[in-house]
Amino acid sequence: MAKTLFEKVWDLHQVVPETADTPAVLFIDLHLTHEVTSPQAFTLLREQGLPVRRTDLTFATMDHSTPTTTDQIFGGVPIKLASARGQVEQFARNCAEFNVELLGLQNEKRGIVHIIGPEMGLTQPGKTIVCGDSHTSTHGAFGALAFGIGSTEVGHVFATQCLLQRKAKTMAINVEGALAPGVTAKDLILAIIHEVGVSGGTGHVIEYRGSTIRALSMEERMTVCNMSIEAGARAGMIAPDDTTFAYLEGRERAPQGAAWTTAVAGWRELVTDEGATFDREVQIDATKIQPMITYGTHPGMSIQVSGHVPVRDGDAVFAQSLAYMGLNAGQAIAGAAVDVVFVGSCTNGRLSDLIATADILRGRKVAPGVQMLIVPGSQQVKRAAEALGLHTVFAAAGAEWRESGCSMCLGMNGDTVAKGQYCVSTSNRNFEGRQGVGSRTLLASPLTAAASAITGRVTDPRTLLA
Amino acid sequence: MEPIRILHSRTVVMAATNIDTDQIIPARFLTTTTKEGLGAQLFADWRYDAAGTPKPDFILNQPASQGCQVLVAGRNIGCGSSREHAPWALVDYGFRAVVSTEIADIFRNNSLKNGLLPIIVDAATHQWLVANPGAEVTVDLQHCELGLPDGRKVLFPVEAFARFCLLNGTDEMGYLLKQGTAIAAYEASHGQQRSRTTA
Ligand code: SF4
Repeated sequence: MAKTLFEKVWDLHQVVPETADTPAVLFIDLHLTHEVTSPQAFTLLREQGLPVRRTDLTFATMDHSTPTTTDQIFGGVPIKLASARGQVEQFARNCAEFNVELLGLQNEKRGIVHIIGPEMGLTQPGKTIVCGDSHTSTHGAFGALAFGIGSTEVGHVFATQCLLQRKAKTMAINVEGALAPGVTAKDLILAIIHEVGVSGGTGHVIEYRGSTIRALSMEERMTVCNMSIEAGARAGMIAPDDTTFAYLEGRERAPQGAAWTTAVAGWRELVTDEGATFDREVQIDATKIQPMITYGTHPGMSIQVSGHVPVRDGDAVFAQSLAYMGLNAGQAIAGAAVDVVFVGSCTNGRLSDLIATADILRGRKVAPGVQMLIVPGSQQVKRAAEALGLHTVFAAAGAEWRESGCSMCLGMNGDTVAKGQYCVSTSNRNFEGRQGVGSRTLLASPLTAAASAITGRVTDPRTLLA
Repeated sequence: MEPIRILHSRTVVMAATNIDTDQIIPARFLTTTTKEGLGAQLFADWRYDAAGTPKPDFILNQPASQGCQVLVAGRNIGCGSSREHAPWALVDYGFRAVVSTEIADIFRNNSLKNGLLPIIVDAATHQWLVANPGAEVTVDLQHCELGLPDGRKVLFPVEAFARFCLLNGTDEMGYLLKQGTAIAAYEASHGQQRSRTTA
């Protein structure tokens, strides 16, 4: 029978198939973990006297409550936020006690969990990958089945390397045509979420397909899959191809030598068969997509940077959202004042994002009164950017350059946006208070973020691109 | 986990759509390393002003909401972050069921594991519940029925195994641990093809 990519990966991991009464027991090939969603799971193990079953398939990093200033990482200054310090320290103790490999604070490979998995070659086609983090969907860019779980399930995977799961429905998002210059993968996924809706993907695993997707680099594919959860889907997948294999080849935890050849041969089978059907299909014309930005308090509330905030009379929730944002229905979004610009996160904290940012900043200055924070997704991204001299471009423009971490994507590590301030952010969530109490987030691509930093106003990056 | 069989409760209505888990429990409270006590921070940014004083106009701060176990929410509650702190906070506060037309996947899963019953109802029932805050409802998990004050009974779906666990107050870990033989057999037949995370 013809199968979708999702069904192939699912079938290969069923330890016990599902029945009417019981979900499937699904084997997990890679369990990534971080300091915020694991403490209660480690406690559960301790209470029940259980070990981590497969320490060889478990991998830990610190990112969420981890600070990003150099003094707190390398300068011997203790983590300033006491609650975060306690959590980071307990995580290190937990990993040591349960023999889980951890990239500690000063490790040169540490970074945001969804950046380092691919970077180290841990993320591979056909794997089942979970993490106590909703943006685990990122890893689906490699043709893995990757999704976020809660802390109780983190405990299940620690103890049994398995999860109880019901099979999801499938959705194909077919994207055709070339993206215009200045239009990025971030604009594409914002446009897709706008089309599908923030709950349109609920219960589904998305497969992104079509010529546009095939033409994307791995880093761009990760940006797309990363935000699948913002359409309500737990996972997004892209079939592996030569782009995928070229990215992975030679990475330290990828198969090497003869094992590599064997692996690639197997991975080539991981495509949706001709004639396989999806529960739902959506068509997207990539040629019509423009630079996008959000104006409201969920990622579906987006418009073109050249567009106007919609008018929706009689919609109280919509009105409340605009009131929170301090924006008016019908106003042009371009030209709106900006206080902070954040480039980073697991959506847009990779090297290509930093190169794009530098392309706009080079030879220019961040507008007076605007704070621009550039946070690499991992220490390896940081060193690669520095090898290209990007840090000098950022410094000359007046932007801050930090150590890796989640930083301003969420307000729990000391990097926050103040109440009432506007932040053009390359992260993935513009929920109320996400970047700090009362913060106002406008999600956009690194190009749009950088252009807005230069002018101090929401700006279409194409006006600054040579 | 506390078993759920029958709940009798008045409802609290929060009709906003897309109530995300960052609202249910903001990220700055996630540095906790336990599950306890999060009820105090439930909906913190909607519930308290900057000085930490309860805002009188927020629904949970009103006298009629006290002691209610059933939260009726707008479409797509629980979207966003996978933080299990969201159902922990709701349960710690005293909620045992969340009713909506759509409930986000991970939040629904996490709720089921913590004795918080996610109930999906049709649009008409939902409209009635939103229009009648404080209604006395009955949740009967044995029969998967939501009973309204006028005697109507609305069926709701619950995944069979999760329902079994909720009715009995058992968690899934015990069941998974009993699969040890099957897991070991799977590992033996598939393990060699998988590359380890370690170098
Ligand atoms: S960067 Fe943001 S979205 Fe990504 S893992 Fe960190 S907190 Fe989550």
